[in-house]
Amino acid sequence: MTQVSMTVNGKPVSGDVPDNTLLVDFLRETLELTGTHVGCDTSQCGACVVHVNGRAVKACTMFALEAEGAEVATIEGEAAPDGTLSAIQQAFQDHHGLQCGFCTPGMVMSAKALLAENPKPTEAEIREYLEGNICRCTGYHNIVKAIMAASGQDVSKIAAE
Amino acid sequence: MYEVIITRPRSLAEAIEALGDDNATPLAGGQTLIPTMKQRLAAPEVLVSLAGIEELSGVTIGDGEITIGAATTHADVAREVAGACPALAALAGGIGDPAVRNRGTIGGSLANNDPAADYPAAVLACDATIITNDREIRSDEFFDGMFGTALFEGEIITGVRFPIPERAAYAKFDQPASRFALTGVFVAAGGGVVRVAVTGAGEDGVFRWDAAEQALAKDFSPSAIEGLSPDPSGMIGDLHGTPEYRAHLVGVMTKRAVEAALG
Repeated sequence: MTQVSMTVNGKPVSGDVPDNTLLVDFLRETLELTGTHVGCDTSQCGACVVHVNGRAVKACTMFALEAEGAEVATIEGEAAPDGTLSAIQQAFQDHHGLQCGFCTPGMVMSAKALLAENPKPTEAEIREYLEGNICRCTGYHNIVKAIMAASGQDVSKIAAE
Repeated sequence: MYEVIITRPRSLAEAIEALGDDNATPLAGGQTLIPTMKQRLAAPEVLVSLAGIEELSGVTIGDGEITIGAATTHADVAREVAGACPALAALAGGIGDPAVRNRGTIGGSLANNDPAADYPAAVLACDATIITNDREIRSDEFFDGMFGTALFEGEIITGVRFPIPERAAYAKFDQPASRFALTGVFVAAGGGVVRVAVTGAGEDGVFRWDAAEQALAKDFSPSAIEGLSPDPSGMIGDLHGTPEYRAHLVGVMTKRAVEAALG
């Protein structure tokens, strides 16, 4: 067991974990932050995307010990303490950007990383950025629309599909 | 994940010492190694994490050359060499997906030498030099067959030095599920020399396509390689494509890279 300490959603946390603990397991099992999902566990699906020091990463493909001292942000940190959704979360709700919801935490965290880098992305840029996030309901159209709306762009002319 | 011990050296010297253990393997960005360990295709007992070693990270743009620290992520390479070498930036920005690019490193990719990885094509075409803790290795001496390199046990890459080509481009035909190169071609021209490096196609990993290099040295235009394609024997054949298909793609991707380099 090795002690690991980091900041998660602004709060300092630490735990004694076996070295082989993946970051996603530290978040889900040790901290009981189960909003970050494990879809594939093979780095393909992106359901486990969180931010480490402001960068989107796949939490299933990083050891918890590699996040020692890091600032980690997960989906649980997105809504305000009173439950008010973030702009991206609200746009996903308004534009039906989720069906079963399993991929949503990763989609929202990837969208947040994209908009931090590129505040007004085109549809093509959004689709390219989401290459590592898979929605098995195949709800991409409304996910892309939600992200465009969250960036303040007019989506009224994009047909619902 | 099976049990493993992770050590986190703070300096290169500490890392080299930790790698003296026969059961130890360096852990760079982990974007290949961690999935490989989950599948038990690799099962190191000790991982030596290189991420905390500051001297291994960063990009230095000098007079006619770019030096990239081994632990620099693909995302950082894409951002930092965009002005000095757009072809290399585009290659780095097309590896995997954004989250993978935020963890995966140039040194890790080169040490692994996956036959479909992107960086080996850039290193071989630009005739970059691999810098290790012990020596410098020219690109033509570094790659040694599929997943093979000239690195010794316990030797690690500390950086890569790229001469900046006068003209260069990388054309990649993605395997859409993995986003590795089904076939990728990096073309680099400078000082009257043209080098064409192909990844994703050869059974022995990255290789130089001599016939195209000679044709392009005489006439650097897409028409110079019209009708040329490498011998399919020695090309990878798998469920994604036959050797003949890959040989054809090499010609097409080379032409596209030359067009892009001229554009």
